[in-house]
Amino acid sequence: MTAVAAAGAPLLSVERVVVRFGGVVAVGGVSFDVGRRQICGLIGPNGAGKTTLFNCISGIYKYNDGDIQFEGKSIHATPRHRMAGLGIGRTFQNVALFKTLSVRDNVLVGAHHLGRSGFVANALRLPFVRAEGRDAEARMRELLDLLDLTRVADTPAGGLPFGWQKRVELARALIGRPKLLLLDEPAGGLNHGEVDELEGLLHRIREHFDLSILLVEHHMNLVMRVSDKVVALEFGIKIADGTPDDVRNEPEVIRAYLGESDDAGAA
Amino acid sequence: MSGSNAAGTGALTAGRGAAVASVLGAAVAAAFLFSDYHLFQLTLVVVYAIAILGLTIVTGFNGQISLGHGAFYAIGAYTTAILMDRYDMPYWATLPFSAVVCAGVGFLIGLPALRLGGLYLALTTFALAVATPQVLKHKLIEDYTGGVQGIVISKPDPPFDLPIDADQWLYLFTLAVGCVMFLLAWNLLRGRIGRAMMAIRDHAVAAEAMGIDIAMLKTRTFAVSAMFTGIAGSLGAIAVQFVAPDSFSVFLSIFLFVGLVVGGVASIPGAIYGALFIQFVPNVADQLSKAAPGAVYGILLIAVLYLAPGGAAGFVRSMTRRLCRMVRPGG
Repeated sequence: MTAVAAAGAPLLSVERVVVRFGGVVAVGGVSFDVGRRQICGLIGPNGAGKTTLFNCISGIYKYNDGDIQFEGKSIHATPRHRMAGLGIGRTFQNVALFKTLSVRDNVLVGAHHLGRSGFVANALRLPFVRAEGRDAEARMRELLDLLDLTRVADTPAGGLPFGWQKRVELARALIGRPKLLLLDEPAGGLNHGEVDELEGLLHRIREHFDLSILLVEHHMNLVMRVSDKVVALEFGIKIADGTPDDVRNEPEVIRAYLGESDDAGAA
Repeated sequence: MSGSNAAGTGALTAGRGAAVASVLGAAVAAAFLFSDYHLFQLTLVVVYAIAILGLTIVTGFNGQISLGHGAFYAIGAYTTAILMDRYDMPYWATLPFSAVVCAGVGFLIGLPALRLGGLYLALTTFALAVATPQVLKHKLIEDYTGGVQGIVISKPDPPFDLPIDADQWLYLFTLAVGCVMFLLAWNLLRGRIGRAMMAIRDHAVAAEAMGIDIAMLKTRTFAVSAMFTGIAGSLGAIAVQFVAPDSFSVFLSIFLFVGLVVGGVASIPGAIYGALFIQFVPNVADQLSKAAPGAVYGILLIAVLYLAPGGAAGFVRSMTRRLCRMVRPGG
């Protein structure tokens, strides 16, 4: 394991990753890189293995073969709760908020791994606990502001409309200072206007937080407009990898999506 | 389970301080207003409130159902009784020992309990509650526990020649310990650790993705919870001046659970409402029907749950909010 710290090295590199569920090969040796400050889209028809691969990168599944390296280090042995500390933040496909907690508290939980205080220090409210709390709260307010959530700060997250919940998830992921943000179908369930806003928002987030984004997305128009690079999967195999234009014109990709036009997802 | 920290408007936060101050004032004044017997009952209310607070932490805030907290109450009570009886330790000095013993036992039970989700954990802890009285009677530890007879301990005298009687002192001492425990719980649950507990309860996978070590947090929460209920047991033993195995039957665990639900599952003040319920409602039921107090108790219990599905704490919260709206229309 070599620590590659060179500026040109990719932030994330997926190398011949294989995931098997029983006898079924869900991901069959996929390789690709995500560079620093890059927005990378992962596309493919249903069952292509996008979400499986995504869950490997976020540490929820363990891969059977190959390797995933983040900043030059394998994440294979990293426990799930250490992924956030490495700098990998994520959102969930169908939104996984803490429903009874307020929006404010949901976002603050995202800062958990940055804190150091334990049970005793918290129960006694030692000065460093208070300082830690103030710090997290300041950044929480900043994020609520950025994502237009200040009005609903005290509302239980479970009671918000779906589109708002997605923004709460984004805020919760961003407060943890991720270097790589994993977005699982960020446009899923959003209406037309919200998808347009999302495109601008993703670019703003990259500039503001200086991070890379890997998104799994069905919404083809969004992926093609927002990504610097697109990786296409089919049946667990990579069928294309390149700029949006390259991938769009790749015969394999056209074939995989046969019967649907390039921007079918926009409907 | 409704989030305890749902909406906290400015008025609520400001009013909260005033409410705590007036409840505390009334609680201290009670020491000089009530007769010895009623004071004894109030002492037990404080004891139960601390015990239920322990359960609130693990079940209400962390989502781990325990039907066996009576066992930790018993361990706390016996720790204090044995230390006072066999080692002549002053009553107040037994509390830290009781805290350490109960936290330790809670941690050990929390370790395997982690692998058992939801109902399995509920049944495992229930088994613990069932076993407790028999373990306490066991021959091997009879020398310490006094077997079936239990242990009689003496009532503490008020210190520094305070011009109050022993019952008043006992109440005020219990109240003071209770205030400290509630303050500690308040700090713990409002901060980083408390939020992590609730995050695990609401969505474990997401909590883990936020960097929360679920195994570590759950076992420690179980230990802290056992410590709270154990300290309540110690105070209970001092108040009753007697411990015996049959005082800690499985019903104790069930009553604590009833208090938790009636008070409001994830609410710190809910523990006090729950304690008032389990202390006084059986008496009320007894007065209403000498023949079938159990049936009356059941009906009262169902009535409370029907009228206040969020527990007493939820009821108080929605009332306060309604009042705030009436005072400041459009606010």
